[in-house]
Amino acid sequence: MSDTVGIVIVSHSKDIAKGTADMVRQMVGSEIKVAFCGGNPDGQLGTNVSLIIEAINNAWSPKGVAVLVDLGGAETNSEMAVEMLPPERRDLVVVCNAPIVEGAVMAATEAAGGSSLDQVRAVAEELSAE
Amino acid sequence: MSLQPETFKSLVKAAAEQVIANAAQLTALDQAIGDGDHGANMKRGFEAVLDKLETISAQPLDEALKAIGKTLVMTVGGASGPLYGSFFMAAGDALAHSKQLPGDLAEVFGSGVGAVSARGRSQPGEKTMLDVLVPVLETLKVAAGRPDLIERVRETASEAVARTVPMQATKGRASYLGARSIGHVDPGAQSSCVLLHAVCNTLEAGQ
Repeated sequence: MSDTVGIVIVSHSKDIAKGTADMVRQMVGSEIKVAFCGGNPDGQLGTNVSLIIEAINNAWSPKGVAVLVDLGGAETNSEMAVEMLPPERRDLVVVCNAPIVEGAVMAATEAAGGSSLDQVRAVAEELSAE
Repeated sequence: MSLQPETFKSLVKAAAEQVIANAAQLTALDQAIGDGDHGANMKRGFEAVLDKLETISAQPLDEALKAIGKTLVMTVGGASGPLYGSFFMAAGDALAHSKQLPGDLAEVFGSGVGAVSARGRSQPGEKTMLDVLVPVLETLKVAAGRPDLIERVRETASEAVARTVPMQATKGRASYLGARSIGHVDPGAQSSCVLLHAVCNTLEAGQ
């Protein structure tokens, strides 16, 4: 099977991140690369740049990685994580402006069909277009 | 005056200790209009900076500032991590590109402020730390080299924090509250003020 875009889910809550990843795997299938993380460096609600970088690397695909986030800090920390990747990976990761659960499922569905990173992002972000 | 390694170390130490000492107040402010974790997040970040103080302050100034920034990014755990982290990393980067302290203080500080604005996609007037950082940058520009610079920076920061009270937040978590964010001090503006006051007070004590 050819490579598909990887999906990373970043929530303030590890439970939400894991639950979203479970939904993606059940609805889209386990052939998609999905990684998730949630919680601050003390394990409380929040996000953690180190864990986000690790999740991006775990979901890595030569076609790129789409990151779905919940609230403000998750977005800021995800953008920071992308900038801290090696230069050759940075341009292959996008943080989507989309609702986390619906966005992850839509992005993964699109990715499963072999779509490009731009197409995956566009499908997820359509959910925020209205 | 030029910035000696020992002075730099005492500034970082004082700034970190003041953030830690004010963590409960920052959290209380954040509970009013945010998610109540600003104090704990900043405390965790600056405790990590204190843990590495010897290593950090042994480096050249540009590398030291970048190391502080990276430490905050990796340990704070909220949006303030990348925001303050970007400030210090950009300031360090400015120093690495031929800027000097104290002569280019306004430019170096300005690089940091620009990075915060870019990272947060935010401008002054939106009830954020920029509402303190931008007025202080202006003071640094107009009062550079004057004997009362420290006093003016401290006053600018205090006055700027007070001006966030009537502002309505349009960025960050507080923006979800809409008009209900009016009437509260912005926690990010307050933490910037705490950091700046710590630096001013330490410089003044060393004079």
